[in-house]
Amino acid sequence: MANYKDTIRKSLLGSNPVTVLVLGICSVLAVTVHMKEALVMGIAVTLVSALSNLVVSSIRKTIPARIRIIVELLVVSFFVILADQLMKAYAYPESRNLSVYVGLIITNCIIMGRLESCALSHKPVEALADGFLNGLGYALVLLVVAFFREFFGFGSIFGLQIVPQGWYYAAGGFYENNGLFILPPMALIIIGYIVWLQRTLDKDIQE
Amino acid sequence: MELLNIFFKSLFVENLALAFFLGMCSFIAVSKNMQTARGLGFAVIIMLLVTIPLNWAIGRYLLAPGALKWISPAFAEVDLSFLTFIVFIAVIAAMTQVVEMVVEKYMPSLHLSLGIFLPLIAVNCAILGASLFMQERAYTGLGQVLAYAAGSGLGWFLAIVSLAAIRERLRYSDIPRGLQGMGITFLVVGLMGLAFMGFMGIRF
Repeated sequence: MANYKDTIRKSLLGSNPVTVLVLGICSVLAVTVHMKEALVMGIAVTLVSALSNLVVSSIRKTIPARIRIIVELLVVSFFVILADQLMKAYAYPESRNLSVYVGLIITNCIIMGRLESCALSHKPVEALADGFLNGLGYALVLLVVAFFREFFGFGSIFGLQIVPQGWYYAAGGFYENNGLFILPPMALIIIGYIVWLQRTLDKDIQE
Repeated sequence: MELLNIFFKSLFVENLALAFFLGMCSFIAVSKNMQTARGLGFAVIIMLLVTIPLNWAIGRYLLAPGALKWISPAFAEVDLSFLTFIVFIAVIAAMTQVVEMVVEKYMPSLHLSLGIFLPLIAVNCAILGASLFMQERAYTGLGQVLAYAAGSGLGWFLAIVSLAAIRERLRYSDIPRGLQGMGITFLVVGLMGLAFMGFMGIRF
């Protein structure tokens, strides 16, 4: 049991794929303007990562080493197409806003990284858990970044207005949304601060 | 004029690395020194110039709704666009292999300097992302697509080379312990992105 707890803590914090291993950054920056999109994207990546880990791990003994990257890419793109079609059916507005970043899950380095370092050498169940947890670690960072960007950029969380309308300058108040947070570079700066905070608290991962 | 516009737009305003943050993983991992940054930058330019026109042609004549009409009118209803992702990534992975073999055979010195970066390109999201953006923006002619590919590639090259130059300088700066390495790099890239937004509005 202790072992499981350790693995969970490691994937979510100690070796979080985004803030510690610096993988899969591209999409973190692009899909974190609203928390809703971040959640949809986080779920999609978690599922694709878990399922493709499971499949690659089950066929790991039959994949020739030379062409393993192409095989892995095909497995991943199969699941991404599924995720894309599902999203178009059940979360159409979010899927429009995510645009090319759904397709880019294929080349998300977190998934490739887990396939290469875990799925090719572990049993299917372990690989499934590993892919799932790393996907969760990614979703966690997405949500934290999206929280700050949506809160300061729009004054809302999950589309719910948090800052009272009466506070806004336009309504005679004193408050104004910070447009800077909606711009993509701000996501990088927020991640920079998260990395800084995490590395100050956890001496093991300092460089 | 129009082509020049697309070229500069994809070079500065819609810079793949600093406006859309594509290929960030390798962008951050490989920018520790100038020489490797330049190698990867060249590899990206070459791959974009090869894969984008190819994917454009495939998308237009095979995958788009009704695209198969040129074979026979019976196919006018066929819509293969759900295959886009898998076809694009397969084209990119295959072209990476082909380009690597060609470069190895005919330009051995370039092959040496590109080193391991060429095969890694297959999983670089800048390449797939550029193809997907190309499809989303619906460019109409080969000229436009080529201008877009050249601008995007050069833009990515420019961005990684400037980041490498900044990071070489950072070695002499006094940075708090926790911020060293990744942390400060994120902040620098963020500030570079803000600076690149200053190009918004360039038109010819």
